[in-house]
Amino acid sequence: MVTVYVPRDTTACALGADAVAAAIAAEAASRNIDIELVRNGSRGLFWLETLVEVETPAGRMAYGPVNASDVAGLFDAGFYEGKQDSTLSWGPTEDIPYLKNQLRVNFARAGIIDPLSIDAYKAHGGYAGLTCALAMEAQVIVDEVKASGLRGRGGAAFPAGIKWQTVLDTPSEQKYIVCNADEGDSGTFADRLLMEADPFQLIEGMTIAGLGVGATQGYIYLRSEYPKAHDVLKTALANAYGAGYLGSDIAGSGKRFDLEVRLGAGAYICGEETSLLDSLEGKRGLVRAKPPLPAIVGLFGKPTVINNVLTLATVSAIFEKGADFYKGLGTGRSLGTLPMQLAGNIKRGGIVELAFGSTLRELMEDFGGGTASGRPMKAVQVGGPLGAYLPESEWDIVLDYEAFAAAKAMLGHGGVVVFDDSVDMLEQARFAMEFCAVESCGKCTPCRIGSIRGVEVIDKIRGSDGDERQRDDNLILLEELCDTMEFGSLCAMGGLTPFPVRSAVKHFPEDFGA
Amino acid sequence: MLQYYEPEKDFGTPPSLATETVGLMIDGVAVDVPVGTSVMRAASEVGIKIPKLCATDSLEAFGSCRMCMVEIQGRKGYPASCTTPAEEGMVVNTQTDKVAGLRRNVMELYISDHPLDCLTCPTNGNCELQDTAGEVGLREVRYGYEGNNHLDAEKDQSNPYFTFDPSKCIVCSRCVRACEETQGTFALTIDGRGFESKVSPSQNEDFMASECVSCGACVAACPTATLTENTIINLGQPEHSVITTCAYCGVGCAFKAEMRGNTVVNMTPWKDGKANEGHACVKGRFAFGYATHQDRITSPMIRDSIDDPWQEVSWDEAFGFAADRLRETQQKYGPNSIGGISSSRCTNEEVWLVQKMVRAGFGNNNIDTCARVCHSPTGYGLKTTLGESAGTQSFASVAKSDVIIVMGANPTDAHPVFASRLKKRLREGAKLIVVDPRKIQLVDAPHVKADFHLQVRPGTNVAFINAMAHVIVTEGLEAKAFIAERCETPTYDQWAAFIGDKQQSPEATESITGIPAADVREAARLFATGGNGAIYYGLGVTEHSQGSTTVMGIANLAMLTGNIGREGVGVNPLRGQNNVQGSCDMGSFPHELPGYRHISDGETRGTFERDWNVSLDAEPGLRIPNMFDAAIDGDFKGLYCHGEDIAQSDPNTHHVEAALSSLDCLIVQDLFLNETAKFAHVFLPGSSFLEKDGTFTNAERRISPVRQAMPPQAGLADWEATMGLAKALGVDMHYDHPSEIMDEIARLTPTFTGVSYDRLDELGSIQWPCNEANPDGTPTMHIDEFVRGKGFFAVTEFTPTDERATRKFPLLLTTGRILSQYNVGAQTRRTENNSWHDEDILEIHPHDAEERGIKDGDWGGIQSRVGDTVLRVKVSENVQPGVVYTTFHHPFSGANVVTTDNSDWATNCPEYKVTAVQVSKVVAPSSWQDRQKKFNEQQLELLKGAKRRDETARQPG
Repeated sequence: MVTVYVPRDTTACALGADAVAAAIAAEAASRNIDIELVRNGSRGLFWLETLVEVETPAGRMAYGPVNASDVAGLFDAGFYEGKQDSTLSWGPTEDIPYLKNQLRVNFARAGIIDPLSIDAYKAHGGYAGLTCALAMEAQVIVDEVKASGLRGRGGAAFPAGIKWQTVLDTPSEQKYIVCNADEGDSGTFADRLLMEADPFQLIEGMTIAGLGVGATQGYIYLRSEYPKAHDVLKTALANAYGAGYLGSDIAGSGKRFDLEVRLGAGAYICGEETSLLDSLEGKRGLVRAKPPLPAIVGLFGKPTVINNVLTLATVSAIFEKGADFYKGLGTGRSLGTLPMQLAGNIKRGGIVELAFGSTLRELMEDFGGGTASGRPMKAVQVGGPLGAYLPESEWDIVLDYEAFAAAKAMLGHGGVVVFDDSVDMLEQARFAMEFCAVESCGKCTPCRIGSIRGVEVIDKIRGSDGDERQRDDNLILLEELCDTMEFGSLCAMGGLTPFPVRSAVKHFPEDFGA
Repeated sequence: MLQYYEPEKDFGTPPSLATETVGLMIDGVAVDVPVGTSVMRAASEVGIKIPKLCATDSLEAFGSCRMCMVEIQGRKGYPASCTTPAEEGMVVNTQTDKVAGLRRNVMELYISDHPLDCLTCPTNGNCELQDTAGEVGLREVRYGYEGNNHLDAEKDQSNPYFTFDPSKCIVCSRCVRACEETQGTFALTIDGRGFESKVSPSQNEDFMASECVSCGACVAACPTATLTENTIINLGQPEHSVITTCAYCGVGCAFKAEMRGNTVVNMTPWKDGKANEGHACVKGRFAFGYATHQDRITSPMIRDSIDDPWQEVSWDEAFGFAADRLRETQQKYGPNSIGGISSSRCTNEEVWLVQKMVRAGFGNNNIDTCARVCHSPTGYGLKTTLGESAGTQSFASVAKSDVIIVMGANPTDAHPVFASRLKKRLREGAKLIVVDPRKIQLVDAPHVKADFHLQVRPGTNVAFINAMAHVIVTEGLEAKAFIAERCETPTYDQWAAFIGDKQQSPEATESITGIPAADVREAARLFATGGNGAIYYGLGVTEHSQGSTTVMGIANLAMLTGNIGREGVGVNPLRGQNNVQGSCDMGSFPHELPGYRHISDGETRGTFERDWNVSLDAEPGLRIPNMFDAAIDGDFKGLYCHGEDIAQSDPNTHHVEAALSSLDCLIVQDLFLNETAKFAHVFLPGSSFLEKDGTFTNAERRISPVRQAMPPQAGLADWEATMGLAKALGVDMHYDHPSEIMDEIARLTPTFTGVSYDRLDELGSIQWPCNEANPDGTPTMHIDEFVRGKGFFAVTEFTPTDERATRKFPLLLTTGRILSQYNVGAQTRRTENNSWHDEDILEIHPHDAEERGIKDGDWGGIQSRVGDTVLRVKVSENVQPGVVYTTFHHPFSGANVVTTDNSDWATNCPEYKVTAVQVSKVVAPSSWQDRQKKFNEQQLELLKGAKRRDETARQPG
């Protein structure tokens, strides 16, 4: 009996994993080879998907990227015995440099286990953190999170422990834990992969959060564009309830924590935490003014911890391995690891989880391997569609929240989108405004009308056609508009849109007719 | 109070109710404000106006327009002052170069998508966008006007009262928030997002087709010309305004009548009005056009017989004619053969004069009022148990209630402004118990759901209220300390023995009331243990053969649970008409002098006799139903009927018409030739509330000023007309102004001794008792002790009504009213409110309809033991099987042809709410309706005659 792993996550399936799995099953049957086919989560090496693994005494052997048409050949080459005769062979999976050179905390189990198996999860350290937390007073739990240095991974990087402390300190009969799984930034996929590859990590983290602040109900607000993650979460939740890790008596402690998953309706703005809360309440997703903070007046007006998927998932690792372990990673005030997501025009896209402190260039060149097109890289946008575009001169920047802020850029949720030299940066600036116009909730004026005018002003710059006066006037107007949006907008949507626009104008003036 | 037109001060955000304060510095000015106050409001308190568009102090801060950015020392960025709470030691700068630039740039964005038609815009001169553009110094729009915009957005003119012009919308959401927070209807939303955001009634419907109830809150909240009253569009901005009180329901909303000359341009709810605090409904806000309707009769008229044409005469001729006839009648049939009916729609001062004229001039106590047919059981029941014939609370009290019983009332339709307060409290989490045979809107409204809807069978209220008390007493949930300290012990013990008997238990009464016993038990426990319990009730309680008993049962329940004497609790009758409370206070009942003092009490009578210089009859006079009976018997021959349409509103129309036809002298004083006037010999034109000074007293005992906004159409205000008639009868009566009448009221009525027009000007309004003990009035009654001393638990034995379903009349008809129409409809039918409800409809349960082969829209014949009529049918699950429902807003509906003369045992209040009927499918109107149509045509012809003759007479030589 041989165990063969074929990933079941969205990316692998998009690249034909289901067909590969079916082909392997059929081929094994026809050859009377006894295999156990496990649908694991992905390892996050998307450039190798579909990455098929075979369990051998020497560890798991990797083959990829595999198409269904390659399967017969793999069998011929004896892959099921771990033989390395195929052109698709990569040797032991753990030795693939892309994986080996990472420091995986959040993604330590990703791709290794069957994401729906609680036993497998526990066999790999799962629920050790909860056991630990169940023995602690609420304040001790919150102190531990504070001590770990964990900051919100959704983009704003607010210290999680301080947020939790506010919720703990706010008296209320009912409190909530809300997981922001509305991962909408272009070029990001870490949340999805975590939920699809290791959902119990998130469930465990949320349970610990509930114990920490005194919340008995949690919600995962999942974007509707993630149907596979939805299926995985639903089953994982049912399994957690079945195993007694959710409900009125978690792990036999007599303590309650209930958790459900709710689907969004396709609005980027609902990834903004206050809009998300409105949407979760069944309302139109509209940004709320702060104060009051959601930690004090959150979901249904009750104190609410709202954190990103990675933030909450990290909590289980912190309680499994200790705050000291976690804060021992990273640099400055950016502690622990950050799963970066390589996307765009890149040769080797995927998840690269590293401790804070590497450089952007290492990430793009050593891991990414340059552009997919083979042309020179021109610009890279870090932190989603509202992040700044960085020119080559800035690529040695250290992956660290403060370093990015100093460069008027942001790490955000860790998305890295690479562009080659064929990109038109005026078009990218226009896209930033257009994206804001399409996704604005419409509540505040700088964002609602400003983004529309931003597109028009950039069009006028493009249309100035050598008329320097027209170009310069509109560049000044664009700068003032960016200022109005940055300082006048109600939330980060309008407030950050100027970052990609200004960085494009600043670093690539030639694309604006200069 | 005459005011020159000026928008009222808007502090931007609502006040904080906190008692603790914080001190901060704004532009170098030190200011202390309650914790929770916004920086914007704090600034406003010291006269610093921060530019704003989306903020207004009737709505929670929203933070969308970004005009109100300020700089705060030690904080990064430019926080919106509306959403930033003031904090101790904060140093705020409201005007710096940076914020000035940002504001100007935001305004530039607004104006880049706004039509530049200020000069022809209806809100020119009263537009916050225009004002704010001026404040921030916008001088150019560098984006140009050719970009993406909404200038071609189409107007929605579906609503008769206001126009929605989305091309002018700045998406501040004030309308949406007003619909939610102020009105509680949730009819509006923003549809789409980003630049496509658009105010949308319901789901992209027009306003008329949507759930909008036309309260006007959105129109009042709109800072631009997007939502504008059609009167403003047609007439222009007002130039002065008069603070006055609405003449519709018993909520008594304060309004600014906004005028151009003598023309009302707009009725705007007054922010400082304590009953409504700036809110209104479709009636008070918009339905004022009746006051200048062409049907108004503006000249006195007389005729010998009702078959004669009317003849227009001078006021003096009319007074002389009427006085002569009344005196002749008395000579012929005796002093008690004439009487008067005062109006709950008229002012306190006018009611006072009417009862005074009857007592002093007619020489008898044959005075009654239309409250006879609505809230007389309230007067009796509350006087008996608590000691005062009035509700115990202010409307604002509901904001502190935890469990609310609404029984036999339909606030969203009949008392909409109070309903908005109630819904706000319910949205905050208060529990609601609805007791009503019909599924009223509160049972399941947006963001409001009744915890219990106890669908009581019509006519069984007493059995229900007893069962509630039974549960509380037998389960030991009563407020023992309160009862021991505040109530009469022997009567309580007696009552407790009665109520504790198994006969009163929910299980025993279930088959009577139709309410599952378990629900009654749960509801009773909730009411007894859920915190502040308040009871609101309406005519569904009073208009029964045991109306007074139910009122006493309600008072018992309140005392039993200790829910009397503080805010958030109490017994709260919702009064139907604007001045029901006042007309009762003013001595309109045949057995009571003003202030609810019995006529047989020699001392009280002596006070009046000395003041009026007459001797008064010590015997109580006739109630309205007695007058009708006596008229048919031939003993009662003359009636002065002021502002009430008894022919349409009183039960058993055949009987009423027979009585009216037997009169020798019927004097009707009214705005219109109403149904009663068609039987009259003298018509004295009335004056609308816009045409006179006076006061109304609402359901919370609040005496509010009514102020003249335009001259009386017929030359005399009602009080002057009554005075003229009284003088012609030889009564010594002279007043130059209603304030003098109020002085007399204060002189003679112990609960009014502190009331005067000067005090009203000073305080805005006063809740009686207002006297030496309570110089500023009394918002909450019975605080330390009951007016009668100790509370009295009256034994409330249930006696089934005679009016019950039989094989011949298997259904129970109950009646009510709807939002857009008011009472007999004399006013609202003469406005655009008819767009919502132009005929009365019979609601019937699908099961009963099916059995009778009746479909939606069919004509249904309704037959009771006294008469029959025909109405269009609506098949609806709002009513339970066995119950049918209609309204009585239209004269040809003949709802009261069907209702019987059954009445309350104590007060003769008619049992409108229970009539056994049969309903069948028919194809033609009833014979009464045919006759009524002919009679109406004939009478209108006789009216035309009057006008023609008058015109002929006026032709020169």
